[in-house]
Amino acid sequence: MSSYSGLFDILGMRDWCDEDKKPSLLSLGKLKGGEANWYDLNFPSLDNLHEACSKVPQTRDFTAGIEDGFLAIRPALRTVLDPLTQPLSWALDGALWLFTSTPWWALVPLLTLLCVFFTKSWKIGALVLSFMLTFLFIDHYDHAMQTLAIIVVCTVICVLVGVPLGIAMSKSDRLQRMITPVLDMLQTLPTFVYLIPLIFLFKITEPKLYGLAIILYAIVPVVRLTNLGIRLVDPDVIEAAEAYGLNKRKKLWGVEIPLALPTIMAGVNQTIMMSLAMVVIASLVSAPGLGTLVLDGINNLRLGVGFVAGFAIVLLAILLDRVSKAALDRVNATQSNH
Amino acid sequence: MSKKVKVSVQGLYKIFGDDGASKVDLVKNGMTKADLLDQHGHVLGLQDINVDMKEGEITVIMGLSGSGKSTLIRHLNRLIEPTAGKILLDGEDILSLQGDDLLEMRRTRMSMVFQKFALFPHRTVAENAALALEVGGASKQEQRAEAEKWLARLGLKGFEDSYPNQLSGGMQQRVGIARALCAHSEVMLLDEAFSALDPIIRSQMQDLLLELQKELHKTIIFITHDLDEALKLADHLVILKDGYVIQQGEPQHIILNPSDVYIERFVTDINRARVLRTRSIMKPLAGQDLGVALPVSADDNLESVIEMVNGDTSKSFVVESDGQQLGYFDMHDIVAAMVPQRAEEEWVG
Repeated sequence: MSSYSGLFDILGMRDWCDEDKKPSLLSLGKLKGGEANWYDLNFPSLDNLHEACSKVPQTRDFTAGIEDGFLAIRPALRTVLDPLTQPLSWALDGALWLFTSTPWWALVPLLTLLCVFFTKSWKIGALVLSFMLTFLFIDHYDHAMQTLAIIVVCTVICVLVGVPLGIAMSKSDRLQRMITPVLDMLQTLPTFVYLIPLIFLFKITEPKLYGLAIILYAIVPVVRLTNLGIRLVDPDVIEAAEAYGLNKRKKLWGVEIPLALPTIMAGVNQTIMMSLAMVVIASLVSAPGLGTLVLDGINNLRLGVGFVAGFAIVLLAILLDRVSKAALDRVNATQSNH
Repeated sequence: MSKKVKVSVQGLYKIFGDDGASKVDLVKNGMTKADLLDQHGHVLGLQDINVDMKEGEITVIMGLSGSGKSTLIRHLNRLIEPTAGKILLDGEDILSLQGDDLLEMRRTRMSMVFQKFALFPHRTVAENAALALEVGGASKQEQRAEAEKWLARLGLKGFEDSYPNQLSGGMQQRVGIARALCAHSEVMLLDEAFSALDPIIRSQMQDLLLELQKELHKTIIFITHDLDEALKLADHLVILKDGYVIQQGEPQHIILNPSDVYIERFVTDINRARVLRTRSIMKPLAGQDLGVALPVSADDNLESVIEMVNGDTSKSFVVESDGQQLGYFDMHDIVAAMVPQRAEEEWVG
């Protein structure tokens, strides 16, 4: 079994290893160690070394260490993060209240008109209206509105935080080098994994728990594309701005942001789609909306419930994508249709 | 020439690299561009540039790609910081300007026209033209009026509310020039301003620039790689090669006395009859009989003289300016002037 007992014997560390070990186990270990052959030789991993010498920690001790460490800093993190993220809870609660307590006959026309206003397209308006009526007809309207409310709040916060961060990254190569790995990690880390520390930090009933999870996941594209958009602004145009004495602020607001706007808007579109993806998973941590119906379908093996809720999510995705793309096209049009 | 020096570049060095300043002495002691790159990993951009640009004149800086001409013009408004040397504008060292003073100088005292136009694509033509006024805080009406005035002067009336990419290249560059003129600056920097245009439009733009210059008497610094363009525009010609000035002076003088093989090779490609002027080839008067000589102006080029007499080789001419007789020449002198001059050190190649 333990191929490495001999190693500790040779190194003269046996006494140190066995300081708090029972004698019976010691003799067994020695016996087995003598029989080990080269074909069964294990890699000297933490667990295998632990078998040979109980002073070496196991891998589980290592992961438990992370847990203990996190638990140790948890009170401090909570005191800082709790008040800091409280507005997120309020915003989510407020939006959920607004979207679910406004009567359908007021909210549906209002949302339709808003979409028409921003996209200047009656076709998009008709699409929104027909999808909303579908939700109403199949009794998924309330859940869809809850999902929509969460997406709206999270997207707004992603833009408010992500765009300035992207601009800062575009101005400093050092900041870009520092933030890029964080963004890579947020994007590739399995979404369930960063739900875990959030569960440790906040009460499961608090909306900010899923709010933070969604924002962390969905903020990446808007940061990346803002950075990219500003870096891709024609250097000749920037030089002209400098040659005519524009200061940094005027250069940013008058030249860089307007010219990067199509790219930034593409990032916003991606952020919206990723919030939708995450809001479904976040139903695991009490996020209301269509995701809860999917979860119900999985938990109780109700194929139909899960399937129809999934279909409603697809409709919502199409709706959000078309509306944000149409708004993006309009930004593009005012820039360079000419 | 009693004209005042407007912009003066003195002992300017630019060395690109992490620590250019410490390498200036090496270059001053004669290290070449190639050695500097090999041994120290620094690129020599400009070395020991001394040029005086006079008020109301067009100074043309000419050189091939990589000769440092675009780097040099960007030093004049400090889009690029020099490694060593002085740049004086009206006697004031612009290297001492900091922060807002520097921005103010760029906005009010030097305006720039770019090779690739560099207009703001999200703004209308009029908004582009009025850029310097807008930055300076002028009212909307004032901006609009000034933009309309200069756009009309440049033949773009009616395009004020168009966007730059609705316009052709030549028209876009007119907007670029209008933007520079709207700034009311005394110095205009033109960085290969006409190089991206096709030959006919380019020639029209050169005429336009000369016409504007007759009215406005700006101090113009013009960058080009095209000798014909340089000779057409220049009052003072500076030829750059590998970051240093190989010859500068009056264009006619440079053509007739190229100082080195590099310039000579440039000069052999040009249409000498069109570039050389009568005053450059005339011989001094010594009481000859000028009875049959035809009067020509000192600024006429030889091509127009040949055309005037339909190529008749028996004619002779007297050069006049402001009613005074300055000199004379005949057709033989014209033919002799067509022969390219060699630099003093004969090039065996």
